[in-house]
Amino acid sequence: MDIIQVVGLGLISTFLILVVKEQKPIFAFLLATFTGLVIFLSLIGKISDVLQVLTTLAQKAKVNTLFLETILKIIGIAYIAEFGAQVTRDAGQGSIASKIELAGKILIMVMAIPIITMIIETVVQILPA
Amino acid sequence: MPYNVDAIFQIAGIGIIVAMIHTVLKQMGKEDFANWVSLIGFVVVLFMVVVRLQDLFQTIKSVFLFNS
Repeated sequence: MDIIQVVGLGLISTFLILVVKEQKPIFAFLLATFTGLVIFLSLIGKISDVLQVLTTLAQKAKVNTLFLETILKIIGIAYIAEFGAQVTRDAGQGSIASKIELAGKILIMVMAIPIITMIIETVVQILPA
Repeated sequence: MPYNVDAIFQIAGIGIIVAMIHTVLKQMGKEDFANWVSLIGFVVVLFMVVVRLQDLFQTIKSVFLFNS
C-alpha cells in the first residue's frame, strides 16, 4: 500500500505549499523540493532490490560486467538529471533545467562510448578483410 | 514510508511562522529585523533540505554503482 502513502504525501504537501506560497514563495519551493526528495528516497529502496535481481541474473548469464555497470550508471544519471531539471524548472529557471538535461545527455553519451567502440570492433573483426 | 514526513509539516510551519513574524515586524516598522528573520528561517529550511539532498545523492551513488 505504498502508493496510498505517496499519494497522500503529495496531496498534503500540495495543500501546504498552496498555503505557504502566498506569503513566502521561497518556502513553498523548498517544501516542493523536500517532498520530491522524500518520495524519491522512499522509492530508491525498491529500485535497489530490482537492480540486485538484475545483477544476479547478469552474473548467472555471465554477461560482461562492463555492460551492466554502464547501463546502471546511465539509469542513475537519467534519474538524477531528471530530478534536478524538474526542481530547477519548478523554480522558474527553464534555461538552467535545459542545461542540466543537456549535461545528462552528454554524460550518458560519454558513458556509452566504450560499448559503441566494442560493437564497432566486433563488426570490423567479423567483416572479411 | 516512515521517512521524515514530519519534516514536511515542520517546513510548512516554519514558513507560516516566519511569514507571520515578518508581517508583525514590518508593521512595527522594523524592516531590517524582518528581513533578518526571513533570511534565518530560509537558511534553517535550506539546511534541512540540503541534508536530505546529500542523503539522496549518497544513496544514488551506492545503488547505481558509482563507487569508482
